[in-house]
Amino acid sequence: MAALQRRRLLGVSGLSRTVRALSGMGCPLGSGLAEAAPPPKAPGEDLPSPSHDPHGKNEYDLLVIGGGSGGLACAKEAAQFGRQVAVLDYVEPSPQGTKWGLGGTCVNVGCIPKKLMHQAALLGSALKDAQHYGWNIAQPVHHTWSVMAQAVQNYVKSLNWGHRVQLQDKKVKYFNMKGSFSDPHTVRGLTKGGKETIVTAENIVIATGGRPKYPMHIAGALEYGITSDDLFWLKESPGKTLVVGASYVSLECAGFLTGIGLDTTVMMRSIPLRGFDQQMASLVTEHMESYGTKFLKRCFPTKVEKLESNRLQVTWKNTDLGTEETDSFDTVLWAVGRAPDTETLNLETVGVKTNSETGKIIVDASEATSVPHIYAVGDITEGRPELTPTAIAAGKLLAQRLFGQSSELMDYDNVPTTVFTPLEYGCVGLSEEAAVQCYGSDNIEVYHAYYKPLEFTVAERDATQCYVKMVCLRERAQRILGLHFIGPNAGEVIQGFALGIKCGATYPQLMKTVGIHPTCAEEITKLHITKRSGLDATVTGC
Amino acid sequence: MPPPPGQTQLPDWDGLKLRVRTLIASHRVMIFSKSYCPYCNKVKELFRSMHVEYYALELDVTADGPSIQQVLAELTNQRTVPNVFVNGTHIGGCDSTYQAYHDGSLQKLLGDSKDTEPYDYDLIIIGGGSGGLACSKEAAALGKKVMVLDYVVPTPLGTSWGLGGTCVNVGCIPKKLMHQAALLGQALQDSRKYGWQYEEQVKHNWEIMVEAIQNYIGSLNWGYRVSLREKSVTYLNSYGEFIEPHKIKATNRKGQVTYHTAETFVLATGERPRYLGVPGDKEYCITSDDLFSLPYCPGKTLVVGASYVALECAGFLAGLGLDVTVMVRSILLRGFDQEMAERVGAHMETHGVKFIRKFVPVQVEQLEEGMPGRLKVTAKSTEGPEIFEEEYNTVLIAIGRDACTRNIGLETIGVKINEKNGKVPVNDEEQTNVPYVYAIGDILDGKLELTPVAIQAGKLLARRLYGGSSTKCDYINVPTTVFTPLEYGSCGLAEERAIEEFGKQNLEVYHSLFWPLEWTVPGRDNNTCYAKIICSKRDNNRVIGFHVLGPNAGEVTQGFAAAIKCGLTKELLDETIGIHPTCGEVFTTMDITKSSGQDITQRGC
Repeated sequence: MAALQRRRLLGVSGLSRTVRALSGMGCPLGSGLAEAAPPPKAPGEDLPSPSHDPHGKNEYDLLVIGGGSGGLACAKEAAQFGRQVAVLDYVEPSPQGTKWGLGGTCVNVGCIPKKLMHQAALLGSALKDAQHYGWNIAQPVHHTWSVMAQAVQNYVKSLNWGHRVQLQDKKVKYFNMKGSFSDPHTVRGLTKGGKETIVTAENIVIATGGRPKYPMHIAGALEYGITSDDLFWLKESPGKTLVVGASYVSLECAGFLTGIGLDTTVMMRSIPLRGFDQQMASLVTEHMESYGTKFLKRCFPTKVEKLESNRLQVTWKNTDLGTEETDSFDTVLWAVGRAPDTETLNLETVGVKTNSETGKIIVDASEATSVPHIYAVGDITEGRPELTPTAIAAGKLLAQRLFGQSSELMDYDNVPTTVFTPLEYGCVGLSEEAAVQCYGSDNIEVYHAYYKPLEFTVAERDATQCYVKMVCLRERAQRILGLHFIGPNAGEVIQGFALGIKCGATYPQLMKTVGIHPTCAEEITKLHITKRSGLDATVTGC
Repeated sequence: MPPPPGQTQLPDWDGLKLRVRTLIASHRVMIFSKSYCPYCNKVKELFRSMHVEYYALELDVTADGPSIQQVLAELTNQRTVPNVFVNGTHIGGCDSTYQAYHDGSLQKLLGDSKDTEPYDYDLIIIGGGSGGLACSKEAAALGKKVMVLDYVVPTPLGTSWGLGGTCVNVGCIPKKLMHQAALLGQALQDSRKYGWQYEEQVKHNWEIMVEAIQNYIGSLNWGYRVSLREKSVTYLNSYGEFIEPHKIKATNRKGQVTYHTAETFVLATGERPRYLGVPGDKEYCITSDDLFSLPYCPGKTLVVGASYVALECAGFLAGLGLDVTVMVRSILLRGFDQEMAERVGAHMETHGVKFIRKFVPVQVEQLEEGMPGRLKVTAKSTEGPEIFEEEYNTVLIAIGRDACTRNIGLETIGVKINEKNGKVPVNDEEQTNVPYVYAIGDILDGKLELTPVAIQAGKLLARRLYGGSSTKCDYINVPTTVFTPLEYGSCGLAEERAIEEFGKQNLEVYHSLFWPLEWTVPGRDNNTCYAKIICSKRDNNRVIGFHVLGPNAGEVTQGFAAAIKCGLTKELLDETIGIHPTCGEVFTTMDITKSSGQDITQRGC
């Protein structure tokens, strides 16, 4: 504890704290968020300066630009307090012309469709497993993209509709318009048809999110390639696919494409899942390889051309061999990162500062930008985790602070997350590398185990990569710094443990927790082999 | 040396001291005692149980008792009785003696004359199930000489199995695998909605499933044998029963008898399914002991009982496509939260399991032999004269389990059992009323019947006996999961228990229905999955009960159980960020209290 407090005194700013939260790599400071927070404001202090509006009133108490997870949560919460709220949402079509409805990335081109397609892939494995469990399934079994895509898209559309209805129920005014600032309290909205509407508001929240990046200097990339913005809305199967990038988006997409039977290759320049624990990242890709995904490691594309057959010929450089290689694909999917959607907001006019490198909006612990009555939440904010539930929580808390006399700030520490690769990877807290960096390898203890899910036995599935790792402080109390789990249902497994870690769980406390038999999660309560011991970490028997 | 006559008026202090010293020196175990003192009796009982002779001087019936007590106080700084000496060394009172017994120092002090080392083993464990094996391996790892006796008495239909106990052979493992087979059946239906195409006709083959599961169990049985050998634990596939203190008779399948002695014993014999006690039950019905290795598909099945075993078996049989009926005498899942239990039952009912409530079978007759045959069940209403008759291929009895404690010679050595249920009462260190006999696992009176609990108890017991540890098994807030088609996970108190203990006005119950994302595309069961937490308002809204009904409930519950161990509160739940999209995240956004009466049906993301 003493060491912890000393660190605190070193004065880490709120901003760098959130940077850590994003990468999952930084040193935690316990629950000391309050130190970075401004003193609680007196009621009324947030009101805009009267000089702005000589007539005394803006049209809305709150205007939210961007109807994604964070923006909608913030708007609905504010409306609960009886405030006048408006939301502007507009989807700029992707370079391939794909567009979608209200709800933002998560609902339309993120978590929801990706987990459903992941589920489609898991069901493919279930079909194989089922035969070992006595189900007679006549061969051949094949997958039809259009059936899946239609079902997924119908569900997404029902969610779009649901969001519309909810806004209506909560009396939030919705404009299907693209917004840009014309002055600090005024936003100009433009419809698809070019019709203009002026909206004024006392408080404005920017929640426009991010969009996939295209590589800049690769010929043909933009013309012929697609991104995750397009993939989920494809009407026909993407066929043989090259996925470029090593982000979680890349691996998740490559994973489910492989799972539904497509010839899928991942091309990555350096390491997979940057920011995540690298041992876990290696296990994830190792499993994908055994699952059938091909990997082109330490390669980067140089051009994409369209062949007469309509196929795409990709040329790339292999940095290991120094050679140039080429192959043809039906689809090239770029998953090389995401960029914030701020360009058309006209932020400079009103003085909202952004990070010049990332383009993201700089916010303080209360989500305020450099302009006091303008806030930002979600993927657009600098240094924050790009996760739906954090955006929702941040948006809600912001509305409560603005209109509900709350002073509670969003705690970005120990945010759990899960990568939905074919074998899922869930984690919370520090990676092993980050723990070593923060505390020194002599001061941490890593408990680990390779286990076999019971269901894999009869199905004769390989469990080589099913692995749990817990990073603890080595001092007597052995507080848990990070927990990493690879296996089926990793998200479900990690959620509860994330709470335990929030409660300051220690290794001995976890060992006192009785397991639920037979589950995968119980392996976490049985961890006893330390990495330091060098003993075999394979779990045997019951 | 005879005690000197004690008729002096004034105490002869020097003489008394000499007399006390002589008593101490001349007896291997010397107990200064009072005849009415329960602690003195407890100490004597200990030595009797260890077969160690002692000499007790009852100070309350000795003329100069009070003076002797005074002398002892001077000599040992202890005025109270019992005051125990072993081979001249002062041990202390009752607690110290037991402490010395537990940490082995008493045995060491007694053991100076080698001819008193009478035992073949340090520890004999009766029962090679989860608890017994864990305890034996831990004790062996601590350097002790250990024997495990395991013997499976075949069921009335002749089913038998290998080493590992209920969990591995006829419990958790095969049931979860059959549950998985049923879930895969559901996955097959879902898969078409997710774009998978294959021929419509899909049938389940019972024999393939059973063979695969039994092969896996066989490998586990073998694994246990190997690991006992590796740890140098002696394994005897024989039936053990006590014939005198510290001594058992072991009888193997061929009727050959051997005898073994040990200093300490652990009872870990577990339980076996109970029969109805009606005509035809043992002849024609099966239990979970038979089901998992049944060589033929059970066909149309009547499951009798509403225990978790009954509902789990009924659930997966229905999931495999069989016609299944559950006959319930009173309530579902006794001991579990009844709101959750009813939701479990309702879900099963909508998925084709029939329930007959308030009936009990009175007779089972065989109409036709076969695999399966045809049986006629006659049942009677518990509320009136109504009679119910129906034909089934299989009748599975799952009305409860009985402890295997009545035929292992416990009465011979004086181990008390609860006569009502056959279970063994133990103290918080798993010790029975006979100090050298301990008990763990399902046979414990008032404890939980769960594999991980037995394993934990067995390991910790071995560490306390031989490893100098003092950690006791914690039976509080143990999580568990019922693997019905829709799984039910829980940790902490049922709502009715919480109300009983804390009072309704001191509780806040938060709840929510939820729809797993994966179920949306196949359009399955909206507003069926349910989450509930019970918080104690007087204690910072600490979570004292956690309940979840949904897919992967076991995986979801485990981590929350760990958090509850660490003092989980509602506030912390609210502060925790969900993992999207999962089922577990529902617990991080619960804002509707039961007392508000608000609608909890699901409304989108």
